[in-house]
Amino acid sequence: MKVGIVGSGAVGSLFAAHLGQLDDVETWIYDVSQAHVDAINANGLRLTGVGEIHTHPVATTDPTALPQLDFGIVATKGMHTRGAMEATGAAFAGGAVCSVQNGIGNEEIIAEFVPAVIRGTTFPAGKLIEPGVVQWDTAGSTWIGPFEPKPATMEQVEALAEALTRSGMETLGLEDARGAQWTKLIFNAASNALCSLTQLPHGRAAQNEQVRWVMDGVIAEGKAVATALGIEMEKDPAIFLEESIVPALDHKPSMLQDVLAGRLTEVDQLNGGIVRFGEETGIDTPLNRAAWSLVKGLEASWKL
Amino acid sequence: MVPRSCARHPRTSVSGARVSFDRACVIGAGSIGSLCAGHLGQVAEVSVLVRRPEHAAELNANGLRVSGKSDFTSRVTAATDPDELPVPELIIIATKAMQVEEAAAAISGRYPDAIVMTIQNGLGTEDVVAAHGSWPIVSSVTFMSGTKESDSHVHYELDTATWMGPFHASGTSFETVKEIGALFESVGLKVEVLPDLRPAQWSKLIFNASVNPVSALTDLPHVQLFARRDRDSDLGHLMFDLIEEGKRVAAAAGVELFEDPWEMNSRAVQQGSTHDDEYAHVPSMLADVRAGRRTEIDFILGSLVREAHRLGVAAPLSEGLYRLVKARDRSYDE
Repeated sequence: MKVGIVGSGAVGSLFAAHLGQLDDVETWIYDVSQAHVDAINANGLRLTGVGEIHTHPVATTDPTALPQLDFGIVATKGMHTRGAMEATGAAFAGGAVCSVQNGIGNEEIIAEFVPAVIRGTTFPAGKLIEPGVVQWDTAGSTWIGPFEPKPATMEQVEALAEALTRSGMETLGLEDARGAQWTKLIFNAASNALCSLTQLPHGRAAQNEQVRWVMDGVIAEGKAVATALGIEMEKDPAIFLEESIVPALDHKPSMLQDVLAGRLTEVDQLNGGIVRFGEETGIDTPLNRAAWSLVKGLEASWKL
Repeated sequence: MVPRSCARHPRTSVSGARVSFDRACVIGAGSIGSLCAGHLGQVAEVSVLVRRPEHAAELNANGLRVSGKSDFTSRVTAATDPDELPVPELIIIATKAMQVEEAAAAISGRYPDAIVMTIQNGLGTEDVVAAHGSWPIVSSVTFMSGTKESDSHVHYELDTATWMGPFHASGTSFETVKEIGALFESVGLKVEVLPDLRPAQWSKLIFNASVNPVSALTDLPHVQLFARRDRDSDLGHLMFDLIEEGKRVAAAAGVELFEDPWEMNSRAVQQGSTHDDEYAHVPSMLADVRAGRRTEIDFILGSLVREAHRLGVAAPLSEGLYRLVKARDRSYDE
């Protein structure tokens, strides 16, 4: 099996490093950072933290260097999905491509470039600390399933899930993976946006009674939209939030990391996604709308 | 400008009210307090009560310089103890809202013949003052703005009006308000005197309660984005919706607004008052968050949220933003 990781930031690197341990999987990495790619090719890809893993996937910044691949795992930030698929789409002409990105809206873009798409949601998280080295902060499961209207087959979904699970990334293949996607979407909409606006780490923000009131409101709106869409949650995001406080007490969610670095965020795919689906289903989402506008305002402040 | 030599004589302003304040005391010399003290110092004997001895020393040594829309330096007498200052006829409390209690306590039991004027953002500071004495109280809200360049230099940016009216619970007459208005006009400050300030106070409250928190959370000065409503995520939508909530609270409180806060917002970001496209006002709450100082959130958006609860009006956006600013405000960390 040949697998290509598209975008090897923290999450992409977790997948690449794990898959790199399997003898029957050939793992490729496509990333735009020459320094990261060079470091991986020279010294391998190293994970440290939750577990210590050191493997040697093949990395490239040149999409034409990719062979024909059986599977793709897209792990770029949401605003780079289109550019990454324009570059690499041809390598997946005979394969299936799975998004493990945050939020909603990425699979729609991927489907414009490849014949078979897998909806994916992943919980492990970390941080790129230097080229070729990733701090692995949290472990967790991944849920994948066919994405309509360009679905991969269940055989493809199960083959990818089996390989990932065997590599140490527990992955569940499901007919309908929307429940997991919306569970994480709503959780992230509450955590990422509000940590960014208050500049508090995840657990500290959720422990703060003021922030928690807003998080609870963002979650309640998200659940109302999911219910209107007929989606059954994998897990109640409110319970999930409660359970995450201690393990992620000082974890800075990716959006907060972006804000502190002055990088564009994924808020369009998170709170913006909830607002869009809320409009389609006639559900009012004032707090998600406020969080969306405020984070976009924060992004605009860097350009002044 | 009225020459200093006239300062000890009663004057008559264009509006006809007699101006009869020879000694004014300004408590708190942030940008608004400094603008008041610097201007009034042109026609009256002005004292300034501050918290830091080095601030008082610098004012006593250098006077108070005003640049920008006005340009002069006024002599002032400054101290950290009211015993060291002359007995005032007019006291202007120009501290931040959360320091009004301390300011009023400092003059508690003193100056029974003085008039006290409050000039804070938000609601409720008159009640704090009234608990410390039976002075006639004049309520005001100001749209002037300036930046402190140093302890003895304030740059006057927006020369927009100050609105004043009687605080009825203290028995203040409208004539008294007109006299203070005339005093302000005599030094070139713009004034609007109103028999009932609540419509104006609420207009400014709702304006401030939307502009300040959005600015503090986005790190954006008050720029045109605050009125833009092209895309779904544009900030103008949030501002509009916040203002609508505030208007519903005002209506439930029986207050008819003096001006529509959304129009105030739209006009302010057109830079109409500065004629300078590059100008972007940094609201005080953003300046406070940037400096790690305590914000006035409890007195601005907080007072609106409390009113909404009291009146049973749903205000989820106001409550959400109030809570986010409380969390963003690092001064609460200690």
